[in-house]
Amino acid sequence: MATLIVIIVFALFLGAILTGGYNREYLERMQKSWIWQWITTVDHKRIGILYLLAGGFFFGVAGLEALLIRIQLMFPDNQLLTGDFYNQVLTMHGTTMIFLVALPLLFGLMNVIVPLQIGARDVAFPFLNSLGFWLYFAGGLLLNLSWLFGGAPDSGWTNYATLALNDYSPGPGINYYVLGLQIAGIGTLISGINFLVTIVNMRAPGMSYLRMPLFTWTTFVASILILFAFPPLTAGLFMMMFDRLFDTKFFAISGGGNVTIWQHIFWIFGHPEVYIIMVPAFGIFSDVISTFSKKRLFGYNSMVFATVLIGFLGFMVWVHHMFTVGLGPIANTIFAIATMAIAVPTGIKIFNWLFTMWGGRIRFTTSMLFAAGFIVTFVMGGVTGVMLAVVPANLQVHDTYFVVAHFHYVLIGGTIQGFFAGLYFWWPKMFGTLLNERLGKAHFWLFYLGHHLTFFPQHFLGLFGMPRRIFTYMKGYELEMSNLLSSIGAILMTAGVLALLYNIMLTLRKGEPAGSDPWDGRSLEWAISSPPPVYNFAQIPRVRGLDPWWLEKYEGDGTLKAAEPLGPIHMPSPNHLPFLMAMSFFISGLGFVFHSWQVGFLGLIGVAIILFVRSFEEDHGYHIQPDEWNGVES
Amino acid sequence: MKRYLPAKWVVACLLMIFIWVTGCAKHNMSVLDPQGPVGKVQLNLLYLSTGIMTFVVIVVAVIYIYVVVRYRERPGDEEKDPPEQVAGSKKLEILWTSVPILLLIVLAIPTISTTFTLNKKPDPDHSIRINVIGYQYWWGFEYPDYKVTTSNEVHIPTGKKVEFILKAHDVIHSFWVPSLGGKEDLTPGRTTRLVLQADKPGIYEGKCTELCGASHALMRFRVVAHQPEDFEDWIASQVTPDSTPKNKQAEQGRRLFAQNCIGCHAIRGAGYKVLGRTAPELTAFSERTRIAGVLDNNRANLKSWLKNPQGIKPGNRMPAFDHLTDQQVEAMVEYLETLK
Repeated sequence: MATLIVIIVFALFLGAILTGGYNREYLERMQKSWIWQWITTVDHKRIGILYLLAGGFFFGVAGLEALLIRIQLMFPDNQLLTGDFYNQVLTMHGTTMIFLVALPLLFGLMNVIVPLQIGARDVAFPFLNSLGFWLYFAGGLLLNLSWLFGGAPDSGWTNYATLALNDYSPGPGINYYVLGLQIAGIGTLISGINFLVTIVNMRAPGMSYLRMPLFTWTTFVASILILFAFPPLTAGLFMMMFDRLFDTKFFAISGGGNVTIWQHIFWIFGHPEVYIIMVPAFGIFSDVISTFSKKRLFGYNSMVFATVLIGFLGFMVWVHHMFTVGLGPIANTIFAIATMAIAVPTGIKIFNWLFTMWGGRIRFTTSMLFAAGFIVTFVMGGVTGVMLAVVPANLQVHDTYFVVAHFHYVLIGGTIQGFFAGLYFWWPKMFGTLLNERLGKAHFWLFYLGHHLTFFPQHFLGLFGMPRRIFTYMKGYELEMSNLLSSIGAILMTAGVLALLYNIMLTLRKGEPAGSDPWDGRSLEWAISSPPPVYNFAQIPRVRGLDPWWLEKYEGDGTLKAAEPLGPIHMPSPNHLPFLMAMSFFISGLGFVFHSWQVGFLGLIGVAIILFVRSFEEDHGYHIQPDEWNGVES
Repeated sequence: MKRYLPAKWVVACLLMIFIWVTGCAKHNMSVLDPQGPVGKVQLNLLYLSTGIMTFVVIVVAVIYIYVVVRYRERPGDEEKDPPEQVAGSKKLEILWTSVPILLLIVLAIPTISTTFTLNKKPDPDHSIRINVIGYQYWWGFEYPDYKVTTSNEVHIPTGKKVEFILKAHDVIHSFWVPSLGGKEDLTPGRTTRLVLQADKPGIYEGKCTELCGASHALMRFRVVAHQPEDFEDWIASQVTPDSTPKNKQAEQGRRLFAQNCIGCHAIRGAGYKVLGRTAPELTAFSERTRIAGVLDNNRANLKSWLKNPQGIKPGNRMPAFDHLTDQQVEAMVEYLETLK
């Protein structure tokens, strides 16, 4: 592998020499290339697409890992992936899906759509937006580099001490986990704060909080959760990093450390984290369901209230991941009741969705199919959630395939289907073309049926005594049939995702033009052209009620009212510093993974220099004059 | 060809349901077929919650199917005016907030009471205590009242509460016997307790359910439940184990064992001065049903285990004993398989 790096470095030198060296001409040519424009972009729509690309790439990687797991478990006593390698695959599957797939894919949609929905020209901090993405990408890359250099982390995505300490995981694997997630986590925190400020400060005149579309609302709530949930993770990862790199004893019994404290810290972060990736999906479904039912969202206020309540309660329930730790009946029952309480706002949401459809005129596009399918899947995942809150029953099914089935029902049924629904819904807005509906429906049915075939039998596997995270099981314990079905389902899901990929390739090459408002949309993003111009709105719109664009179409004259006169538009200028800063973090992280303090600190010095440069950089952005506009409709 | 496909599917579905419903009656590894009071109470709560949740699912399903069928867009609808834009309904909101709360209260009350009952410390006169120590990837069991130790297979009397006192030697493990009841973690630096009871004699499969390393999947154990009098016999046989070699070959095996194994493994009553404590105890080895918790206990399996323990249980601490000749392995197997 070292050879590989040497070859890459030499290739770069060679490239420089052949293209005329690092002179001004070379720089100019580079700055005009598309790759440089994408690296330096601060446009929220482009960063959104970068998130989708990176998230999609990691989705492929983690999906392949899932497939490997299912192939290993297809038959009893299979020998394909055993022992530690299996643990690496399952750890990386979980970690990648949670940190590098679910949230970034949603961030992608948020980035593109939320500023449009609130009538803004960009997010509050375009520079930070870019920095957030590149840090996430650097962290994700670092984590996945472990496959090539030294072995992947192998203690599960929860990374419990003491298994994750040097004594029991001596390789660099867990170092990758700690440093990769730390870097990606900074990115997530930055993005969360950015969305928060954007939604608080950048709403168009008239867009009061209770007129915001639900996707904006859920982004807002998820961002608050990020703000409060990620700092505990950062603290926990720092302690773990110090235990592993500098021999502190936070979690080591031998030095008076406490093993259980890692579990508390992890789940104080971990439970809000699963809501961070669930709640935005709720928003997508709300927008999709109301648009395709041609009705305003039923019980808007209680939907908002339920979202906020779910977010709040999400911080009160972490011990339900730890019922078997032995914290005593008082702690266990308190957290059980809090957990059950979450079912109430969730139920409110389900019924409001149903009654949004009630009396409507439902058009089953692919996007709506995913939303309608979600209701079934999510109710099933939700009720097993309540069952898991029943402490004595939980003691039986905790850490078995029952739990695996439960969280895949909510996470695939919620987050991933939510993302798919959002992708089909907003693709025309992002790219100006419609995804193929026929392929989309094939995608939906393959993925949806595959999902149920994969995960429904797993409930029974758990009840029949199959623990999670095991690489093999014995013949003759009635586990064969369900495991086989489960693996077949995984293959169907893969076929569904391939259908989506084919669909995207087809649409990118020759897609049907969408027009600005293909679905008879309700919120502001449908009022501007697809794809939107770089400045989004020629004039910031004035919002006159809930579902502003629908209001203008059906009760007004079909045009948005402007809140400002025509004039030059102030735009942020592109910047390459976020990318460089992420690279510095990456180098620093890689150094620390291998206990190379020189490299580690070199990277950090790079970070400091870039911070310095940025602090004294005079960057006032640029202005677009009205005569430079193209494709304005509003 | 196509006409027969549905029939096949029906058969397949019926077969699946049959397999699911019949569960694991003969194997004792299923939560759905509990063999003790703890497991039964837990299963009842599982059924109660399933019942309440099934009610919820049915309500949602009825509304859902009605809505999806009744209100789908039909050809020609596009020209009509859009449907009425309903804002919401306070009454309905109150209804679907309060009914779930009531249902959850119904579920919460038995949850709380059962949690507290299951946590009660059993009366010491009518229960026995067993210390459980989790090692990467095997289980040590100690009977403090009888001064007996064993590993990977724990014997208990029926009809009596058994208090397992759980400790971990290295990383977190979790002690689970599905057919007897719920699990409890073994955490380094903490002592936890779990009370279980078996009603009928039999062998119950146990598992480690917290990821503990490479061979987490193979960290299995068995609970052997005896009638109380049989249990007393077993204890008596363990207090004075028969560990003397029965023939010349076994005597050679005993010596080889002393040269190769006693640093880690203990055999009580065999005349060794060293009692290894870092690997499973092998006293009365021939009565175990499994080797290392994973292989059926017979001579052929024991031989392959001695030659290639890493291949069978990756990441465990035992090195391969391939420097021994076949004859020597044979002798060691002869000795181990006569320990009672």
